[in-house]
Amino acid sequence: MGPYLSLFATQFQLTLQYRTAAVAGFVTQCWWGGLKIAVLSAFFATSRATDAPIGLTQLVSYVWLAQGLLALQPWNGDPAVAAAVRTGGVALERLRPLDTYWWWYARSASTLISRALPRAALMVAFAGVALPLAGLGPWGLSPPAGLGAGLAFLVSLVLVVALAATVVMLINVLIVTTMTARGANTMVAPFVILLSGSEIPLPLLPDVLHAFLFVQPLAGVMDIPFRIYVGDLTGPMAAAGVGLQVFWTVVLALVGRRLLARAMQRLEVQGG
Amino acid sequence: MNGLRLYLRYARASVRMQMLYPGAFLLLAATQFLNTLISIAAIWALFDRFGGLSGWRFAEVAVFFATANLSFGVADAINRGFDVFGPQFVKTGDFDRLLLRPRTAALQVLGFELRLTRIGRLAQALIVLVIALPLAHGDWTLAQGLSLAGAVAGGVALFSAILILQATLTFWTIDNLEAVNVVTYGGVEASQYPLDVYWRWLARFLIFIVPLGCVTYFPVVYALGRTDPLGAPQALLPFAPVVGFVFLAIALWAWSLGVRRYRSTGS
Repeated sequence: MGPYLSLFATQFQLTLQYRTAAVAGFVTQCWWGGLKIAVLSAFFATSRATDAPIGLTQLVSYVWLAQGLLALQPWNGDPAVAAAVRTGGVALERLRPLDTYWWWYARSASTLISRALPRAALMVAFAGVALPLAGLGPWGLSPPAGLGAGLAFLVSLVLVVALAATVVMLINVLIVTTMTARGANTMVAPFVILLSGSEIPLPLLPDVLHAFLFVQPLAGVMDIPFRIYVGDLTGPMAAAGVGLQVFWTVVLALVGRRLLARAMQRLEVQGG
Repeated sequence: MNGLRLYLRYARASVRMQMLYPGAFLLLAATQFLNTLISIAAIWALFDRFGGLSGWRFAEVAVFFATANLSFGVADAINRGFDVFGPQFVKTGDFDRLLLRPRTAALQVLGFELRLTRIGRLAQALIVLVIALPLAHGDWTLAQGLSLAGAVAGGVALFSAILILQATLTFWTIDNLEAVNVVTYGGVEASQYPLDVYWRWLARFLIFIVPLGCVTYFPVVYALGRTDPLGAPQALLPFAPVVGFVFLAIALWAWSLGVRRYRSTGS
């Protein structure tokens, strides 16, 4: 575990340095969050709003959580992996007496957390504290639905990182296989945006899709923990959601590790 | 050689360069298409669930959506040079070389790249427009068609102006200010819906500060044959996109001011 943990810590410190990027990201996310909430509340003013499977107050919190934790979303591969493949540095990675999959996994997980932490803190301060203090409580981030929901959310949030890192690793495997970051990064993002609930919260998509949307792996990187937080997933459903997160993390890690091993066997090392 | 001919030559070179990698081009264009498709699908899902949006039907909102995306798609494709101006020219000091050439800096930056992959967004927006127009209402007049065309033209001018202002800011800030994304990508997102669905302060911001409302919202309201729920005078609606061109003139003026005070970062 030692080397993996120290890589995790190093990468964590490195990424935390980018403070201006965090502030810029935060400003953009406030804007997007505001727009999404404005549109959703306008839709909720129609007569059919009472049939909606989830309430507006819950959705408002969902949207702020989504914006605050956007950096946890597995949209891109690790730039360091792309660089290693391009320069031939990947040969060095193979020389380490370590499992390349878990080595890269540790770095990906670390990047996700250290990018998300400052942005999430700013968002909680803005949507969770400043907005309610300004008398805009209904438009802000409400506290979790209860103590149980809060604790379950924290467990589920840890699993978000574990699961998201396996998806990042799948993108990394694609980068190793295709020798370029371009295709892998651009092709995966739209699917993650739609299936995680970033575009619109998954409960608002057509009812016939709900069962599928719940069991597919990307619900676990956003939708499941957020619905636990707002009290939409409770009891056995919340437990099932967390179970699905664990299940997909294990499956995607096994698949990713197998695929990486295969990619490494036919790897062409570039550069000199 | 006059400016236009030179620009066309730049554009041809840029297109030829991108076509050297047809696979990458197709992939990026397809992604653009897919991203825009997901946005309109999400809007459809909301209409499917809620039935309407403050008196607007899906086909009408789809016209707003298509207009905003056409405008931004064109502006984003032609202004790539201004979009990457900070990191590509100011930070590296490459802008010095541009100033040595006997042509205006703006023309050379404009000629930096004509980004063809934006065709994905444009194609998607056009498909949405072609399907939505007859569904929005049945009797299109010439004036309404012109108003729609004016909306797209004004939108291209305004989004270009924003990208030029972003580039101008980098004369002071060296690197791109990411917060400008709020009015570029965030602006497209905002103008995909009619402005009256937003809170009043947000609608005012989008009309008077960053006049996206003037270039998309007002002329499209006219084209759809509706009276403006925000209460703007009906006769003025189709002429609102002029604001986009005024904004562009201001942006170009600010740009020339920036060029004059430019100090190289050295190399």
